[in-house]
Amino acid sequence: MPRTRTPYSQNRVGPGGRIRRRMPRDRPTDDSMESTVTNHTDPPTAVVEMRGISITFPGVKALDDVDFRMFPGEVHSLMGENGAGKSTLIKALTGVYGIDAGTITLAGDQVSFSGPAQAQAAGISTVYQEVHLLPNLSVAENIMLGREPRRFGSIDWRAMRRRSAQLLAGLNLDIDPGSLLGDHSLAVQQLIAIARAIDVQAKVLILDEPTSSLDTDEVAELFRVIRSLKEQGVAILFVSHFLDQVYEICDRLTVLRNGKLVGEYLTEELLRIDLVQKMIGKELTTLDDLEQRARSVVVDESDAANFVTAARLGRRGAINPADLPIAVGEVVGLAGLLGSGRTELARLLGGIDRADSGELTIRGKATKLRTPRQAISHRIAFSSENRRDEGIVGDLTVRDNIVLALQADRGWFRPIPKKRRDELTQSYIQALHIRPGNPDALVRNLSGGNQQKVLLARWLAIAPGLLILDEPTRGIDIGAKAEIQKLVFNLAENGMSVLFISAELEEVLRLSHRVVVLRDRHVVADLENDGLTVDALLALIADGSVEADDTDAASGTNGDRVAVLGASDASETSDHLTIDNVPGGRR
Amino acid sequence: MSALFARVVAHRLFWPVVMLLVLFTINLIAFPGFFTVTIRDGHLFGSLIDILRNGAPTLIIAIGMTLVIATRGIDLSVGAVCAISGAVACSIILGSPTPGSLSTVAVAVTVAMLIALVLGMWNGFLVAVVGVQPIIATLILMTAGRGIAMLITEGQILTVNSPPFKFLGSGFWFGIPIAVIIAAVVFAVAALVTRRTALGMFIESVGINPEASRQAGVRARGLLFVVYTFSAFCAAIAGLILTANTAAADANNTGLFIELDAILAVVIGGTSLAGGRYSLVGTLVGALVIQTLVTTVYTVGIPPIATMVFKAAVVTAVCLLQSPTTAEALRGFRQRLAIRAGKGVAAS
Repeated sequence: MPRTRTPYSQNRVGPGGRIRRRMPRDRPTDDSMESTVTNHTDPPTAVVEMRGISITFPGVKALDDVDFRMFPGEVHSLMGENGAGKSTLIKALTGVYGIDAGTITLAGDQVSFSGPAQAQAAGISTVYQEVHLLPNLSVAENIMLGREPRRFGSIDWRAMRRRSAQLLAGLNLDIDPGSLLGDHSLAVQQLIAIARAIDVQAKVLILDEPTSSLDTDEVAELFRVIRSLKEQGVAILFVSHFLDQVYEICDRLTVLRNGKLVGEYLTEELLRIDLVQKMIGKELTTLDDLEQRARSVVVDESDAANFVTAARLGRRGAINPADLPIAVGEVVGLAGLLGSGRTELARLLGGIDRADSGELTIRGKATKLRTPRQAISHRIAFSSENRRDEGIVGDLTVRDNIVLALQADRGWFRPIPKKRRDELTQSYIQALHIRPGNPDALVRNLSGGNQQKVLLARWLAIAPGLLILDEPTRGIDIGAKAEIQKLVFNLAENGMSVLFISAELEEVLRLSHRVVVLRDRHVVADLENDGLTVDALLALIADGSVEADDTDAASGTNGDRVAVLGASDASETSDHLTIDNVPGGRR
Repeated sequence: MSALFARVVAHRLFWPVVMLLVLFTINLIAFPGFFTVTIRDGHLFGSLIDILRNGAPTLIIAIGMTLVIATRGIDLSVGAVCAISGAVACSIILGSPTPGSLSTVAVAVTVAMLIALVLGMWNGFLVAVVGVQPIIATLILMTAGRGIAMLITEGQILTVNSPPFKFLGSGFWFGIPIAVIIAAVVFAVAALVTRRTALGMFIESVGINPEASRQAGVRARGLLFVVYTFSAFCAAIAGLILTANTAAADANNTGLFIELDAILAVVIGGTSLAGGRYSLVGTLVGALVIQTLVTTVYTVGIPPIATMVFKAAVVTAVCLLQSPTTAEALRGFRQRLAIRAGKGVAAS
């Protein structure tokens, strides 16, 4: 394969022969996209260099002209919210996806992998979030699977044991290679998966969410192994949505948003708050006619006026006990990062998961929600963020998808008359501008935005008192986004309560009367949206060490009500961050 | 015109219907009187009537199977349920002092059906409540069921002499075989109940996306219960027809491998084994294809030893024609043809 000289290699050695770092490319689209400038010298050569990578899936540009590089002996983290393109980029590097444009250079040679096996042979090893190993085989067999040492055509069991023992010893792990993999904890299995990955003389090790199922001690053990690999010169890509862990182990960060590169930064030079801001971004929308809403709803502090009141509602491993009152006609926004518990809390209210602590009061009556069906009969609708797996029924028509929840609520033996079904469908197709406007089209053939509108129609059809929208605007085009925002606004005007979750803080601020901030599975603040700013929210979301002061400052200067949790609570939360993060994984 | 043709070809029933027509044509060539239906003693007679009558048990079971498969499940126990219901009915008739009376037969049939309902609920319990994979859950009854039937018949082939019971299998009503009428009623009831209520939509929605259906408030558990019970109910009806036809309950052979024929009928009819959209009309066509195939073997004079091979060949052909890969290949082939034709025009 001919080696191509890239512009990058031309400008890397600057005047005077000093190695100069190429600046992250500026993205002039909006202010938050601009990159910080770092003056550090890099380690001399990047082992992986991906340049101008674009990948298009039908209807979606998953990656758009993204650069990414990795250096030997360095831990690099890929940051971004859901749908930012992290996993797509990893899959491009490991040969799972082909790239539509751009180049991948590995140790100076341009490569193009047609499959994961090729990438692995070239020294790129991946350890996935779930352990892809065989629990009923021994540790040694798992480590050497597919490349067993052979002698006279049969497997050399002794060499296999010896080789695995060496590998494990190299990682300072005291594990008997002859023991069954399934007898070990998930964390140890993860470490064995890493041993397997580095056995192929890996130059590059990719760890995709390795800590999501580990507890604090296990994370420490993993980090020890990562550091020892680092010293051996392996380039490590570490993906995690736990910021503390990223700041503990990573040297370098690359931030993606909506499939675009935001920038590459050295960890020590990027404040957490800046990182979060870059991950979430501030998106300019076409939504001009929605003025910053003033508080128009008079909130009676008594429970009677609340549609729903959650008191210390929680679920082990998902969300710590939280208070959340939602008044009639009120829009409450949930802000927080992925994994902060924003979705988990909403799922409890929607009856999708069962709460194991606390109380829920609906219209003044204490209620326990065991199934989504019960929530629906209380007129609570939950629209999942996972549109494909938990939302649409792809092979059914638009009409069937729209009437599904209403029909389920009525029961199978009381079918909605055909005429009524057609009227309902037509009216929602028109009101929400669903395209194509054909009730008989299969939903899986619609675009993401239109699928989302079909789901909205499904939930509006049951005339909900509380509509829970988890990331309703993710992955859909700007026009549909604006329409959905406008719809939420109008629904609330007409007395519907809305719980609105979005990774885009601008959107949360624009729509919500109140914003509840979550971090690491705790509610850390409950604020009136009255002069609240994105920066104030970012401070609350980002980091435990300073946010207690920030909250006070924000409430002092802006007159925000910092309710529910005081500053001391908040800082306590942050201290327990890693501990609280972890138990969820032990499930 | 070509657009209409394309739509007809794309219809999921196109290839099964073509296959049925091809089989009819082969029969017609081998036996010119194939389509002739005559009236003898006030009863309809002819090859077509035979196909309908002999295919009725398979069709009835395939209707229940269609709904099970639409929920992403499968029911392997239907053959065993056939045997049990036949054994129960025959042993009751044999044990009665008046085997020929209508009331005895009515009791026998009712008890057999009730036992089948219990068996269906057992399947539904395993699948919906315990959460056993359908293929494993129904495998239990498939193997155990024949043993139960053996216990009921005490290892004997129970031969009954009961005209009302015999009537169920080989009788006629207004000239039409009773078995065909029963199959038609089951078909109509299944079609009306699932399509006129919301049941069909719920079955499909659970089969396509169980989690989304749950979140939309569909009660999947009750639905699975109903579907497996209905499947066993259908199997019992088929078992009674089969037993009444020979007037003997044979625990080992009644309804042997009929589950496979039923699954085949469903698949030929275009319902995917992965669940979701189902077509009862497709299942009807599928059952007819299978039965016509068996008849063809006899009319054409293929040695009975080769019957299974012949059946396998036809089924393979239908499945290949329906598969998306083949459709893709055929489309590519047509496009290449079109391009070549286009080039020819340009060159000339």
